[in-house]
Amino acid sequence: MAEAVETPVHPVASRLAEWDAGVVSATETFRGELTVTVTRQNLRRVADFLRTAPDLKFDFLSDLTARDHFPAEPRFAVVYHLLSITHRITVRVQAWADGADPAVPSMTSVWPTANWHEREVFDLFGIRFDGHPDLSRILLPADWEGHPLRKDYSTRGPR
Amino acid sequence: MPMTFETPAGTGEAMVLSMGPQHPSTHGVLRVALQLDGETVIDAKPDIGYLHTGIEKSCESKTYSQAITLTDRMDYLAPLSNNLCYCLAVEKLLGLEVPKRAQYVRVLLTEMTRIASHLVWLGTHAIDLGAMSVFLYCFREREEIMKIFELVSGQRMMTSYFRVGGLALEPPAGWMDRVAAFMETFPGHLNEYETLLTENRIWKMRTIGVGVVTPEDAIAWGMSGPTLRAAGVPYDVRKYFPYSSYEEFDFEVPTRTESDCYARYLLRLEEIRQSMRIVKQAMGKIPAEGPIRTDAPGIVAPQRENMKTEMEALIYHFKIFTEGFSPPPGQVYQRIESPRGEMCTYVVSDGSPKPFRVKFRSPCFVNLQALPLLCQNRLIADVVACIGTIDIVLGEIDR
Repeated sequence: MAEAVETPVHPVASRLAEWDAGVVSATETFRGELTVTVTRQNLRRVADFLRTAPDLKFDFLSDLTARDHFPAEPRFAVVYHLLSITHRITVRVQAWADGADPAVPSMTSVWPTANWHEREVFDLFGIRFDGHPDLSRILLPADWEGHPLRKDYSTRGPR
Repeated sequence: MPMTFETPAGTGEAMVLSMGPQHPSTHGVLRVALQLDGETVIDAKPDIGYLHTGIEKSCESKTYSQAITLTDRMDYLAPLSNNLCYCLAVEKLLGLEVPKRAQYVRVLLTEMTRIASHLVWLGTHAIDLGAMSVFLYCFREREEIMKIFELVSGQRMMTSYFRVGGLALEPPAGWMDRVAAFMETFPGHLNEYETLLTENRIWKMRTIGVGVVTPEDAIAWGMSGPTLRAAGVPYDVRKYFPYSSYEEFDFEVPTRTESDCYARYLLRLEEIRQSMRIVKQAMGKIPAEGPIRTDAPGIVAPQRENMKTEMEALIYHFKIFTEGFSPPPGQVYQRIESPRGEMCTYVVSDGSPKPFRVKFRSPCFVNLQALPLLCQNRLIADVVACIGTIDIVLGEIDR
């Protein structure tokens, strides 16, 4: 994706590295915004840590969405935009999912607000969220075929 | 869509009632499936998507500038806030600095948008709860703001007035007089609404203690805007992450602790007053003359006069309107405080003239999710108050 810009290490990135050096697979800063890439196996642990660590306290999940990099593999990136209302800091966390059977763990038990966001991503991208209490379509009718925000979905519709 | 509930029914016989999508208090096309025990709401499930138009998908086949017109059509009560959020995101992607004059005009107009949007909210919320006259007065004043928007941008609602790098047009001569005239008469009208509602016994009985949410729940469920601040959490993007020179303006972020419908009503009225403070300051700050667009050849359309006299300007004009501009690859997330809460735009560029991915974080989408929290164990009539109090715009929720 974006070219990595040489900047001083972001405090949130260094805090994550200090907690568990192996958990972050990549970090980049673009226009002052930090993006932390983690594997989807580690996603739950990282989320728990980010939300509960007293000096980070990312208690507000602002947004949860995805990108489709078709035909590249891994195809999907699930993106979390976090905000700490207490400390006034933000971070973007992303995890990759394969195109064949895209799935990431659900964050509904960490941030309840993830519920509808995850349903939206499931609806429009077809990414499964393991552990979601009610993973069903939210914007499109239940009998809709296909996932419109995928890059191989024509803007003219499924036909 | 069939609605099933997992929560156990109460002692009596539980029934499922579908409220909407044609119900007048659901503000457009929202359906809420209610599980009822007598007249008590055991659980509520909002059913959305009736207005889904695939705006995010459409953005991917438009150039960055063309996509601005789509943002108007999401939150149709605050089109300028949407324009601003999207333009700021693309400007961040490009690394563009917007001239101060344009920034102040943006601040003035988005605060007018906030006033107009809160007026529609107040009017419709009041009519939902049976206060007819407030609705008529609110729309009378809102019309004045709509006229100012029309004067400036040529459109009442689908303004598309903010463009990447600045403003679409030079504001017309004398527009500030219209703003000043509005600011002169409006405080009196605001007091009129207060005399109709604030101490009104019926209004207080319908709103006090209704739709209470704890600050912990509000944060956990991602609520933002007046709903979050009425729970005592002072999160306002204008103060937290100032954009468009908001740090130069003197205003307060009102908060309350009661966290019920009445608190949110008082809070929004106070927000209107704070917006008026900002508008007044902006009126003093906006210079009479100066650039309204940043000087970025190849990105921002050249002045008409230059286009007729300079070869480069003509080429740039042609390139911008046929091909568009190509930001560097990268991803940005821009937050603003829309009238309804934290509105965000996530833009991803792959280096081509069309956005790779655009995602709008709709504050109403997130706030509506918490509706069951607000109206559980309350009466059906309170559901109407709760839907009104979170101030939803379905166009933005469904996108």
